[in-house]
Amino acid sequence: MTPFAYHLARDPADALAALTAPGGNTPLGAASFLAGGTNLLDLMKENVARPMRLVDLNQLALARIEETPAGGLLLGALARNADTAYHPLVRSRYPLLSAAILAGASPQIRNMASNGGNLLQRTRCYYFYDTGTPCNKRSPGSGCAARGGLTRLHAILGASEHCIATHPSDMCVALAALEAVVHLRSARGERQLAFADFHRLPGDTPQHDNTMAADELITHIELPPARYAAHSAYLKLRDRASYAFALVSVAAALALDEGGRIVSARLALGGVAHKPWRQPEAEAVLAGKPPEAAHFAAAAAVLLAGARGESVNDFKIPMARRAIVRALEVAAAGTPGPACGEEER
Amino acid sequence: MNDLIQDLQSPVADAGTGFVRVGMPVSRVDGRAKVTGEARYAAEHPAHDLAYGVVVGSTIARGSIAGFRLREALAVPGVVEIITHENRPRMRSFDLFYKDMTAPAGAPFRPLYDGEIHFSGQPVALVVAETFEAARYAASLVAVDYLPQQHETNLMAHLARSHKPKPLKAGFSPPPDERGDAEAALLAAPVRIEAEYYSGVEHHNPLELFASTVIRGEDGHLTIYDKTQSSQNSRWYVSRVFGLGKDKVTVRNPYVGGAFGSGLRPQYQLPLAVMAALQLRRSVRVVLTRQQMFSLGHRPETLQRIKLGADHDGRLRAIVHEAVAETSRYEDYVEVVVNWSGQLYACDNVKLLYRLVALDQSSPMDMRAPGAAHGVHALEVAMDELAWALRLDPLELRLRNYAEQDQMKGLPFSSKALRDCYEQGARRFGWARRPLAPRSMRAGSELVGWGMATGTWDAMQMFARAGAVLHADGRLVVSSAATDIGTGTYTAMCTLAADALGLRLEQVMFQLGDSTLPVAPIEGGSSHVATVGSAVAGVCEKLRKRLFRMARRLDNSPFAKARFDEVEFAGGGLRLRRQPSVAMSVEEVMAAAGEARLEEKYLMLPKVLKQKQYLRATHSAVFCEVRVDEAFGTVRVTRVVSAVAAGRIISAKTARSQVSGAVVWGISQALHEETHADHRLGRFMNHNLAEYHVTVNADVGDIDVIFVDEDDRIVSAIGAKGVGEIGIVGVAAAVCNAIFHATGRRVRSTPMTPEKVMAPEGDVSVSAAL
Amino acid sequence: MDIPVRNEGGAGAQAAPRYPLSLRINGQPYELEVESWVTLLDLLRERLHLTGSKKGCDQGQCGACTVLVDGRRINACLSLALMQQGREVLTIEGLAEGARLHPLQRAFVAHDALQCGYCTPGQICSAVGLMNEGQARCRDDLRELMSGNVCRCGAYPQIVDAVEEVMFGSAGAEERDRPVIVGTVPA
Repeated sequence: MTPFAYHLARDPADALAALTAPGGNTPLGAASFLAGGTNLLDLMKENVARPMRLVDLNQLALARIEETPAGGLLLGALARNADTAYHPLVRSRYPLLSAAILAGASPQIRNMASNGGNLLQRTRCYYFYDTGTPCNKRSPGSGCAARGGLTRLHAILGASEHCIATHPSDMCVALAALEAVVHLRSARGERQLAFADFHRLPGDTPQHDNTMAADELITHIELPPARYAAHSAYLKLRDRASYAFALVSVAAALALDEGGRIVSARLALGGVAHKPWRQPEAEAVLAGKPPEAAHFAAAAAVLLAGARGESVNDFKIPMARRAIVRALEVAAAGTPGPACGEEER
Repeated sequence: MNDLIQDLQSPVADAGTGFVRVGMPVSRVDGRAKVTGEARYAAEHPAHDLAYGVVVGSTIARGSIAGFRLREALAVPGVVEIITHENRPRMRSFDLFYKDMTAPAGAPFRPLYDGEIHFSGQPVALVVAETFEAARYAASLVAVDYLPQQHETNLMAHLARSHKPKPLKAGFSPPPDERGDAEAALLAAPVRIEAEYYSGVEHHNPLELFASTVIRGEDGHLTIYDKTQSSQNSRWYVSRVFGLGKDKVTVRNPYVGGAFGSGLRPQYQLPLAVMAALQLRRSVRVVLTRQQMFSLGHRPETLQRIKLGADHDGRLRAIVHEAVAETSRYEDYVEVVVNWSGQLYACDNVKLLYRLVALDQSSPMDMRAPGAAHGVHALEVAMDELAWALRLDPLELRLRNYAEQDQMKGLPFSSKALRDCYEQGARRFGWARRPLAPRSMRAGSELVGWGMATGTWDAMQMFARAGAVLHADGRLVVSSAATDIGTGTYTAMCTLAADALGLRLEQVMFQLGDSTLPVAPIEGGSSHVATVGSAVAGVCEKLRKRLFRMARRLDNSPFAKARFDEVEFAGGGLRLRRQPSVAMSVEEVMAAAGEARLEEKYLMLPKVLKQKQYLRATHSAVFCEVRVDEAFGTVRVTRVVSAVAAGRIISAKTARSQVSGAVVWGISQALHEETHADHRLGRFMNHNLAEYHVTVNADVGDIDVIFVDEDDRIVSAIGAKGVGEIGIVGVAAAVCNAIFHATGRRVRSTPMTPEKVMAPEGDVSVSAAL
Repeated sequence: MDIPVRNEGGAGAQAAPRYPLSLRINGQPYELEVESWVTLLDLLRERLHLTGSKKGCDQGQCGACTVLVDGRRINACLSLALMQQGREVLTIEGLAEGARLHPLQRAFVAHDALQCGYCTPGQICSAVGLMNEGQARCRDDLRELMSGNVCRCGAYPQIVDAVEEVMFGSAGAEERDRPVIVGTVPA
């Protein structure tokens, strides 16, 4: 871990000023916001991140979860993942988000991790984390050691020759399906980004995970009015039953009419690409159809169009296809209640 | 003498625990120290002049160091010194001095001895600073120039250059010569199976990071808190490597945060910390990172081939078991992989082969049930394959081939209650209700499968000394340089001693974990209770006799006419068996005799001549239920019954935990654990606990442990065999066999991760029964 | 707050600046001065010699460092000490009342929910946090919500028994139905 100056920000303006303030040899970009710290501190210990100044956001009044006039929900960027997942309004209106958050990390980490930080967590690619190896994301231009290496966890969609890393978040998969909006603030003012436009594909600049500017701060994540509370499911496939990153995950949400037909569908995949993977064309396949396996399979085929493995991770393609179908089936049958033991049933 | 080492943390049972007997489920005497955080582990002992060392590891797998660029790192405020092979203090050069008590054949790795690189992650420098953070930062600034050479780390690519191993390692015996004519018998057998089994690299990953705190006394004496399975092995190593006399170094390990074999050999943080302490003439702590613990040693990647031939009735006609495993370039790390296959079942024609491939890796290391964990796994999966080929119940197949005696020399077993394991385990599990055919049971979206396997491990005994001091107030202090890596040594020894003298458990303290205590073996191989326990029993027997003689000599002694075998030790003293009201407490005897303390010592030597007339082993039968979602290949182990025959159980609660914990290890081996190397880099890449998966709480269902009745006075005077390893052996095979029973698919490599278990394309209905 | 108390390096500084920190640990107030790069875990272990909180990975991947901050369980290794300004930290050392163990500590000993003991303080603090959260309703919930604490010795079933007993008062009912069979237990 590199030495750094520490600034406890009073409010967003102060935080933004501290981020960009000159001082010593702390150039713009070498300062970093600190919220939960659950990913940043780990990266700093591994010398993957070497900020020279940390701006602690934890005193900022951005931890609230409140309803919007439009009938949606505004999640404070500093609300903790656990508080978000267990919030009564999130549970009742966005059970998909609640389930996705609770499928990630551990209770301790969810108690620390902020909503904003969850969006900014970095890939689990072995090579990104090991400074003894080349990595274009960590050290642009050094090459991608993952290609031709250990690719079991890597992307099957949207990868480039420069990077085949995946985004590790569960929460973001649900946010993608729910069409959340990210609220950003900088010295230049405020702006909003559709979730689909927030994360990006690696292309030839894999060092950038998202489209935020270096001087911007996430203030809120807005959820549009709930449409999918009754029929949603988050299915996460991983190497052990808990506390593991996804091999493949699916956020599936359906709105059904009174006759049981699908009015609209939302589908997003985790663990398969540099960002939560969503294709409106796949969702369109389901509109107006009855919730049946054949249509689910058709949607899966569209969502996975162009999927290509690195041989070791080829299994993710059928796994994702089946997971999409399963998740849609579960969603169609009704959002599962919070899981509890068989002995209680 | 070995009365009490005052500053050595030794736990005592809570007041009010009371009288205990061997075999009772006694709560861990070190429980309170561990649940309150008072127990201090290797990195947790303070020193006023402490400096922190952080290790820099090699990024190449083979080659040499051309030079260091240290200017930046040395400029970090607080940095005291950077030690490399160029400026290290004097250390012995001769290989022999680096051989610890469990070293295999070869030339041990000598940390910071020279500039040669033998494996990726090899320590190349130690940065020492006033704070941990400064040392860690400076370590990131150390620049090393390498002259790399082509490395080879891929076992599967170099099978062709396998060699016959040098067998020089304690506890190892090479495969015996062929029995009968296995290949001919195989050809003649009406039913045959043949398969290859692969097991990937695993790392021990005890939860405590490897650490050494070297506390330098004013006289230069070094007291070292080391993470090790033997304080005396580490002390011996330090003395030999640095030429320091026995009186100059004390090594302690009163609490060890797990080890599972990784602490059998001194690890490199120990000599590095000593080097720094010698060079800087101050106290030094070196703690490895989790990442660095992947450079210590590992369960070796192993490829096995098994051929079984049988009659139509299931009687085994031939067994051929071959294994090829990896080792380092500098040592022949060996383990018994195939030998069990000539021992576990009755068969006249057996051929066993074991070879090694030397690679640019650190030497592999014994890891819980070394050899057996994957060797017996392969045999037990093969047996299941044979059972299905014969359409025979897998348990019935084992019973039809039950070995009543040693197959090689015709020796009898010292004890073998494996039949009881099968019978009691099957009954508890409900095995009789198992349908023979795979894919017969389903629950919701999951297929259900039941599998079983046999487990076995050697019952070993080493030699040990124990000392004991009985005080006038009835306190008993027993000591031996033993180790408790979580196994329950403290509790078992206190129980043995308290039972022997009829004392309350809280009156007994067992001191272990200090190299100056009476000699004890390294804690390993499931031999500690049989060995140290027998020494403790021996020294207590001497105390009993002395107390009895003292009591009998007293004026008006109630025991004046009693013989030793007419008294018993219970209720806090001795009493007549036939007339328990005739009794004297220990305190009364001591006071009446005017003794402040009684001291005894005992040397326990195994009765080797007698032991050699028997085959000595522990056995188990493991039954397990899995639920498999074959659309995704996800496996849940919902139920395990492990029935174990391990001699007399000394401490029922801690022994049960040992077996139950080992079952968790088996689940972990079966489903989760594998270290992946990138052979282009010659480097393990998933070197952390997020990407190297060990089983977590949510993975574990019900685990039921049965100890069947066994009492083996040939293996040890106290009747015990040992329970550390047996619990893992066979578990992964039972899981594999249950997966086959659930899905009809056979997975022949571990871990059985989702992509290996999931149904192939187009072969599955995804739709769940919702 | 952002003015360092002392900066040992100056421009191009290679030492971390120090900052004042006041917090309460196990009920006791502390006024400290710590370098920015010191984690809460290293503050506890190396500066204050409260070594009950363990370091098993230093990356938030094992849970051995679990402590309670204002009653919530967190990984002390993933928090800077400075982030705990004004907070109340409870570690394993603060759980017992004198010689009287916390019910979870007693239950861990009684159920033998530990072997080497290295993960144990983190397990117990995690269980305290779990009880404070009030989300667990059954044994399977406990398994899932205790999964942030790796026990390499594999004491998981006993850990669940211990927590279940303290939380629901009905611990290990299954276990009691199937007692340990020890062939050599004396009558």
